[in-house]
Amino acid sequence: MEGPFKRKKKEEPRNMIGKNRRRGRLEDKTENSAKKRTEEEARSYAESHFLQEEQGRDNEKNDQLTKEDILKIRQILEAEEKEKKQQELQEQDEFLSDTEQRSEKRKRILWKKQKENGNEEEVIEEETSKPVEKDPRDQAGINRQILKVAYLFAGLFLVLMGYIGYFVGADSKNIITNSRNERQELFAKSVIRGNIETSDGEVLAKTEVAEDGTEKRVYPQGRQYAHVVGYTIKGKYGLESAQNYNLLTSNANFFERLYHTLRNEKSQGDTVVTTLNSRLQKAAYDAIGDRKGAAIVMEPSTGKILAMVSRPDFDPNTLSDDWAYINSEAEQENSRLLNRATQGLYPPGSTYKIITALEYMRENTNYKDYHYNCEGESVFHSVSIECYNKHRHGEEDFYESFANSCNTSFANIGTSLNKKKWADLCEELLFNKALPVSFPYSKSSFVLNGKSDDEEVPQTAIGQGKTLMSPLHNVMITSAIANGGVLMKPYLVDQIENYTGGSVRKFTGKAYGALMTAGEAEELTAMMKQVVEEGTASYLSGRSYTVAGKTGSAEFKEGEPAHAWFTGFAPADNPEIAVCVIIENVGAGSTYAVPAASKIFDAYFSGK
Amino acid sequence: MVTIITVLSKYIIIIMGAVYTLSCFTLFRPSNANRQQLLLNRQLRHLYVFHFFCYLVLFLHAETLKVLWFYLAQVIFIGAVQLLYGKVYKEGSRLITNNMCFLLTLGFTMLTRLNFDLAVKQYLIVSVCIVAFSFIPHVIGTVKGFSKYRIFYGVFGLLFLSSVFVIGTRKNGAVNWINIAGIALQPSEFVKILFIFFVASMLARSMEFKNIAITTAVAALYVIVLVLEKDLGGALLFFIIYLVMLFVATGKKIYFFAGILSGSVAAFIAFKLFSHVQTRVNAWLDPWSIIDGGGMQIAQSLFAIGTGGWLGLGLGEGMPYKIPVVVSDFVFSAIAEELGTIFALCLILVCVSCFVLFVDIAMQNRVMFYKLLALGFGVCYIFQVFLTVGGVTKFIPSTGVTLPFVSYGGSSIASSVIIFNIIQGLYIKAHSEEAVNGRTVQKKKERRTKEYDWEE
Repeated sequence: MEGPFKRKKKEEPRNMIGKNRRRGRLEDKTENSAKKRTEEEARSYAESHFLQEEQGRDNEKNDQLTKEDILKIRQILEAEEKEKKQQELQEQDEFLSDTEQRSEKRKRILWKKQKENGNEEEVIEEETSKPVEKDPRDQAGINRQILKVAYLFAGLFLVLMGYIGYFVGADSKNIITNSRNERQELFAKSVIRGNIETSDGEVLAKTEVAEDGTEKRVYPQGRQYAHVVGYTIKGKYGLESAQNYNLLTSNANFFERLYHTLRNEKSQGDTVVTTLNSRLQKAAYDAIGDRKGAAIVMEPSTGKILAMVSRPDFDPNTLSDDWAYINSEAEQENSRLLNRATQGLYPPGSTYKIITALEYMRENTNYKDYHYNCEGESVFHSVSIECYNKHRHGEEDFYESFANSCNTSFANIGTSLNKKKWADLCEELLFNKALPVSFPYSKSSFVLNGKSDDEEVPQTAIGQGKTLMSPLHNVMITSAIANGGVLMKPYLVDQIENYTGGSVRKFTGKAYGALMTAGEAEELTAMMKQVVEEGTASYLSGRSYTVAGKTGSAEFKEGEPAHAWFTGFAPADNPEIAVCVIIENVGAGSTYAVPAASKIFDAYFSGK
Repeated sequence: MVTIITVLSKYIIIIMGAVYTLSCFTLFRPSNANRQQLLLNRQLRHLYVFHFFCYLVLFLHAETLKVLWFYLAQVIFIGAVQLLYGKVYKEGSRLITNNMCFLLTLGFTMLTRLNFDLAVKQYLIVSVCIVAFSFIPHVIGTVKGFSKYRIFYGVFGLLFLSSVFVIGTRKNGAVNWINIAGIALQPSEFVKILFIFFVASMLARSMEFKNIAITTAVAALYVIVLVLEKDLGGALLFFIIYLVMLFVATGKKIYFFAGILSGSVAAFIAFKLFSHVQTRVNAWLDPWSIIDGGGMQIAQSLFAIGTGGWLGLGLGEGMPYKIPVVVSDFVFSAIAEELGTIFALCLILVCVSCFVLFVDIAMQNRVMFYKLLALGFGVCYIFQVFLTVGGVTKFIPSTGVTLPFVSYGGSSIASSVIIFNIIQGLYIKAHSEEAVNGRTVQKKKERRTKEYDWEE
């Protein structure tokens, strides 16, 4: 019989074995009752042993037992009892403790003596060496404990199985897409790599299958999307890497897939629909032209990246042939394979003044009372600071300092800031921290802290010094300002579809959190509007749309033209896109970066 | 054609696994002996079908005849085992035998797929062990007085365990192997048997506090030796076994909680003190950042399990050899990768059903010593399964223990065979004629005197 719970139902001894219910007493009764047995008792004795076992027997049948029968029964029983007694005593020793055994033996000896003396009637004095303890070791109790343990382990395993189920069902997608998982290559054996497309349907990458079955990865839009789409030869990069799993998974109709499997053919992989907009991407690409630089366009309310361009670029269609050249000594300075938008680190220049201004606003509620007389150049903490071309801005208030991008005014502001709080603000704004994005990037760095020398302050306040930022980070901060202070996490993939267009998985924007208060964002917006209306980005004024932004001219090397920066958003009062452009080594932001950005804005608003 | 067969076989294997698991649990429902036999025979048939399709796929992949010969050798092996336990030990538990065969064939299948030579080696070790230890159920069933040798168990066990310090060799970072005549042995696998005998005999003897204190002290010694050997899995296993046996024997919750508390404190101290503990815990918390170092095993294991998905990639279609130590500790990941997570969960359930059987045997045995023995082995088995499955799935830090019967490993196989044989013996004891008679006599006595006792 195999049944874990069957036993419990049938046999559940109720009483505990205490010392006063010893074996001895039991036998005592047996002996006594056997000796005292009268006819009637013998009968009832016989009943209890034989007749109750057989169900349905009448009591009338008992009367049919003769005296001889009863005597015989009695004798057999007594003999049986004696036999069993020996056996039981033996086995009893197995689990009685030593002391108990000793006391038991003593009792038996005593008992035997008394029997011989015919004093069975006397109550046997219990000789115990220890006080009677409640013996907790009874069958039912132990079995209960065992059951508890069993349930505990069963529960443990249930949790484990639930965890495994959860992992495979929900969590595994995130893990197996890790580029270190080489098993993804196995998928390529049964799936044709899927397409990558823009949100407006342009195919950015696809696999062409020739007559003989050989596959070739083709990039119809070529260089424009080189960095963001990436490549698959010589290791994986870009979306080709990040979306490898989805591209090699087919969610085509089940029967279609089964049909292919049975015929040893490949199914078509899923399509990755990006958030990129082809019109904006082209505008950004053309705007930078043949210069070195990057542009990134983001939707502040959702986090969607509408365009991401990095130049110089490469042709992904001929990458394998060009590989040696691209990586040669002569081409090192071009760093064609580097995605400057996400991984390029530059001094932010005057675009950093947004942060200096924010810190000043936080430390001084009377910032509107700020005024400064700019003389084109000045010395702060023994560091000489000049405005661009040593231009004298004259009397300025807080807004004018910002709109003019006045270096001396901001260096002045910088010297009044609490260094530690300033450093804390930068950390909140994700300097030196991981960015909430799922693609590779470089961390921005801000090294000033509470213990830094005063001499580092002036340069840092105007976005020079040791500070480094990526265009991605810059546009993220701008987006947050445009979005009432709340940063939405930038993302590139809008949804996954199967190759016939059926939706497999859709992604929506997720908020990272507030980088600043809505009030602060509003104030900065007003200041950035003024930059366009009256300040260094006036090129952008007078259009059908209002732009708010900040220019920057980042010096990076003595005697070399600065990097030209612009970061901003439009429409200023109800922002729809945020743009950040950097053009390396050309000159002032207002001269070079602003016109480039305007082309992107035009492309966006003309298409509406 | 081959593709169709492979694809179909993949689904059949999973279905057979599920069906087998189901039959394990349906056998728990009370029913008469005839029906039991029917179900057991049916279960055995499921096992054979499962085994066949596994090897069909393996053969189609390998395309070498040696796979075929190996399969036939295994079929003969299963038949022999069934015969041995069916005919010789008529009162034994056929369910235990079936489960053992299932786990063994699964082990052979995975090893054939991973490394044919190791598979053959495993086969030979298993055969030798089955034959060599076949006398154990008989011994358990007839020889009485095992509990008298408690001191012997305790001391010898400790000495054997400590032998690694004297004649030990390093393997996979842990110093818990010894080399005897060219055979590598893991003493902790055998010592756990002695340990359980020791604890069972001590706790069955008396509930006096002095007794418990001595037992606890000796058990602590065992655990410390294991910690010094850097065998964390072993230390944890021994600790939990002792804790559970103590709790059941004394019925005092306080021992259990005190044990858990002191265990947690000890674990914390171990974490602070030992670097290898720190590596394991770090790998458990975030294997991705150290994917080239300590996190490699777990990362590869999770890749395998995740990529396999619910239905698996198919036997022979995955990349299980990318996982380090895949033939022993991480064989579960290989199973999940190729045969699917559904099948892997069924495997866990089969192990749990074995545990339930052991618990049942523990409850049915009326002698305290045997009760504790059965419980001890039950906990030993199931907790080891928990440690290994939990470790490879990143549920708990990995502790370097094997999956009994499925993983490759001579010591692991040998000790598992011994344990299952002991359990068979205890099963026989619990269900033997005497026992049944004992209970009938009991009933008679009950009616007469309304007293219960718990002796046979």
